[in-house]
Amino acid sequence: MIHPSRLAALALMLTAAPAAAATIEVTIDKLVFSPATVEAKVGDTIEWVNKDVIAHTATVKGGWEVMIPPKKAASLTLKAAGAVDYFCRFHPNMKGHVNVAP
Amino acid sequence: MFTRYTAGLAALLFVSAAPFAQAADKPTDPQIAHIAYTAGVLDIEAAKLAIKTSKNKEVIAFAKDMERDHEAVNKQALDLVKKLKVKPEDNATSQALSKAAEEERAKLAKLKGAAFDKAYIENEVAYHKQVNGALETLLIPSASNAELKSLLETGLKIFQGHEQHAEHVAGMLK
Repeated sequence: MIHPSRLAALALMLTAAPAAAATIEVTIDKLVFSPATVEAKVGDTIEWVNKDVIAHTATVKGGWEVMIPPKKAASLTLKAAGAVDYFCRFHPNMKGHVNVAP
Repeated sequence: MFTRYTAGLAALLFVSAAPFAQAADKPTDPQIAHIAYTAGVLDIEAAKLAIKTSKNKEVIAFAKDMERDHEAVNKQALDLVKKLKVKPEDNATSQALSKAAEEERAKLAKLKGAAFDKAYIENEVAYHKQVNGALETLLIPSASNAELKSLLETGLKIFQGHEQHAEHVAGMLK
């Protein structure tokens, strides 16, 4: 049995949660980033889930790069606001976009 | 100048199309599986030569990508033919591809340094163009098994990425 005050505290935590950072999942299947465009904010984490049997990267020219091994996931916490285009360095025909709100 | 360029291009196109031109008939699934697998093995062999020969960081990284991706796709292909109980069947197209690749490797083996890098990458661009063209116009439309067709379609996307990657590296070598 949870004490009502505990429950109130829990409810408070839950309502406070949306302000906290979110994890946004991007799936890679047959060389396609899905969704291709992600809306995020600083502090959010993007997790790429690679369903392909080959390795990919999420690379921003002159910026960050995430290696995503075959059948594995890899993530990145967004530190700067702005809109960036990213691609896979091994397969430049794979393209994605992230809008990062401050 | 322009005439020479056009003549050179025509010669290149003629050479590139040759291995597939022999397959005027629609290839069967066992033949398609053999062609796709062979094309992968040939690119892995070229990659191994480049990893051994080249001193250029970008070229070696590209070759390692080719080795890793084609090995992964070929493993998928082997798993699929096993599952479908299809026996890959040697054919004129596979043989022509192997012969052309052997000649290319002999040419590359005589080169060193920047000349090797340039020749290897230019051949990678041409080879992926040729294989992708064949996948699009001949192999994918001819495949009758749905799973084989789907694997070829994924392969095409991967190899189109390789073609762009090779073009990017070729541009950096200039």
